[in-house]
Amino acid sequence: MKKILLTTLAALSFGSAAMAQEVKVGIAAEPYPPFASPDAAGNWIGWEIEMIGAVCAAAELDCVITPVAWDGIIPSLTSGQVDAIMASMSITEERLKTIDFSDKYYNTPTVIAVAKGSGIAPTPEGLAGKILGVQVSTIHQDYAQTHFGDAEIKLYQTQDEANQDLVAGRIDATQADSIALDAFLASAEGTACCESAGAVADDPAILGLGVGVGLRKGEDDLKAKFNAGIAKILEDGTYETISAPYFDSSIYGG
Amino acid sequence: MLEALLDAFPTLALLAWEPPGWGANLARGLVNSVQIALGAFALGLVIGTAGAYGKLYGGPVTRDLLAVYTTVVRAVPELVLILILYFAVTDLVNQALVSFGYARVQISGVAAGIAVLGVVQGAYSTEVLRGAILAVPSGQIEAARAMGMPPVTLARRITFPLMLANAVPGLANLWLIATKDTALLAIVGFAELTLQTRQAAASTKAFLTFFLAAGLLYLLVTLISTFLFARAEKWARRGQRGGQA
Amino acid sequence: MSRGFWQPHRIVLIGLAVLLALWCGWALRWDWLPRYLPLMAEGIWRTIWLLAVTVTLGFLLAIPLGLAQAAGPWYLAAPARSFCTVVRGTPLLLQLWLLYYGLGSLFPQYPWIRESELWPYLRQAWPYAVLALTISFAGYEGEVMRGAFKGVPSGQLEAARAMGMPRFTILRRIWLPQAIQRALPTLGGETVLQLKATPLVATITVIDIYSVASRVRQDTFIVYEPLLLLALVYMAITGIIVLVFRALEARVPSRVA
Repeated sequence: MKKILLTTLAALSFGSAAMAQEVKVGIAAEPYPPFASPDAAGNWIGWEIEMIGAVCAAAELDCVITPVAWDGIIPSLTSGQVDAIMASMSITEERLKTIDFSDKYYNTPTVIAVAKGSGIAPTPEGLAGKILGVQVSTIHQDYAQTHFGDAEIKLYQTQDEANQDLVAGRIDATQADSIALDAFLASAEGTACCESAGAVADDPAILGLGVGVGLRKGEDDLKAKFNAGIAKILEDGTYETISAPYFDSSIYGG
Repeated sequence: MLEALLDAFPTLALLAWEPPGWGANLARGLVNSVQIALGAFALGLVIGTAGAYGKLYGGPVTRDLLAVYTTVVRAVPELVLILILYFAVTDLVNQALVSFGYARVQISGVAAGIAVLGVVQGAYSTEVLRGAILAVPSGQIEAARAMGMPPVTLARRITFPLMLANAVPGLANLWLIATKDTALLAIVGFAELTLQTRQAAASTKAFLTFFLAAGLLYLLVTLISTFLFARAEKWARRGQRGGQA
Repeated sequence: MSRGFWQPHRIVLIGLAVLLALWCGWALRWDWLPRYLPLMAEGIWRTIWLLAVTVTLGFLLAIPLGLAQAAGPWYLAAPARSFCTVVRGTPLLLQLWLLYYGLGSLFPQYPWIRESELWPYLRQAWPYAVLALTISFAGYEGEVMRGAFKGVPSGQLEAARAMGMPRFTILRRIWLPQAIQRALPTLGGETVLQLKATPLVATITVIDIYSVASRVRQDTFIVYEPLLLLALVYMAITGIIVLVFRALEARVPSRVA
């Protein structure tokens, strides 16, 4: 952790030092607990941050965590501000047209959270005429636009803003990854206002591919290293060790 | 006194320096903001000086190109320019490097922020400095020439000091714009004061406390700078008749 | 002017610019354009609407702010002055987030607000955008109006007073018109600055033209084309603002006497 922090600081204070196989790993500059969030000491913490450390160590890469805006995270990758994305980014057909992905490193179901007692069901009928908040450029936006055409869909730059507006009563429901929403619903604010309405019907074409490391096209060398790193930590138990304090059951998915 | 305040507003404790307080994070953000503002302001001055000279003494092509530059920058929102420069320029630099067989360079957030805001500042500086140079009374320059002063000495001893006094109020304004424009870098995910504040607020849900605290920090920067620039103007105007009317 | 404009080097430069534009049209990707055209029209409309509403409201608010600072008693002048200093001394983005997330997060704690008739408006984003942009414009323009009120020659006011004109009539018929006339040349510039501030509302989910361009980028991962088009749209709107204010200034006589 400390090393990540130091290298982050070093990279921020002086940028262009091009070291051997230094890989800038882009994360979204927003709190996304329990995967990645800033703490009061100025560090990034969470499951995905630890995963970055473990995968990079296994792949023998010198990774530097680089927060960028989610909204511009793919342009940041293609324009060379970062070399890889590990920001809970799902592998989708649409994204594969622009960038490449490693193998998946987790996959979790998609659920909907609603205001307490509103009785909204996670179905097209239940959401008809309601305001549904989703984060832009996510599988949830795709899914909502495909399946919940009768709902008013409101787009947010970060999931945290959508959660905040659910608390503030500006939207009726939000759709997101089950783990991230569970963390929100378990927080003091979340318990007070909202509850889970359950999982949405699966649509493997949109939801099914899992979360992978985003990479520039043509960088097969780096892709192979990340794949090897992910395979290695799955095999040697590091994945389990890191996940145990965060989750009750495995989030690797089938 | 402090305890009574903390009892009334428990979220104030979140501003403490040591974790679990987020004070140090805000301070880091402030340092980043000021650093970028200083860099952008300086870069803007360099571009502005060159631009002002180009506009006043350059050839017709230089003048027209500079006019396009200042017009475009002043008509397009800074946010849009930041996105264009942030993504496009780093991309172009890297594509050029790769096609010439060099490795990609990593452009740090600070460097990109300074470059982007500096280009925006440069357009405004050009106009401020051009106006300031034009406002130097031509009689002063002619008198110096009549005394047989060589051009470099003339620029150093007559034009520059007189121009500086005219330019200070405009430059002060630009500096204040620079400090506030750093907030726009929050949107590209750069950890300056506004984004640090937003992250702290989102993590603790104490939105009002953090936004008000950050507002106070920005206001302090503004007030201190205003004071310093007023002093600077007084200094630059020393020895001029009429003082500051 | 018109003869001086078409100099040989300009024709070459314009030719180069046209070539560049043609190259952009040919080499870059524009296939997304037809699909997003309706959304863009809506976004442009929202941007212009926001601009017009906030400039008008902000200017109306700036008049008392300027008057209080220029001629008001200290208990009016001091708050007006601090208001302008605070608004001008902090980033608009921060003010916007303070209102939307800060103030907005307080409201739902009070059930009577949620049940009131205002709630359907308070739960939307645009009232916060209008409020923040209006406050910001009033802060900057209030400072301009202060100078404008102060700049009206005192002889004019004394003459009116000597004629026995009531105080409010002096303000309405002499002071205010002359002050507005003095502020008019800067008003155009301030309006352009306000236009440049409008894209910030995209960060609180208001769908203006900027957020439509972001939407294109996020949906299609096409980065430069929407941004270039966006820059062009803003330049066009700026051009219209400049022309409108030029026409407005030409209608107002520049000298009273």
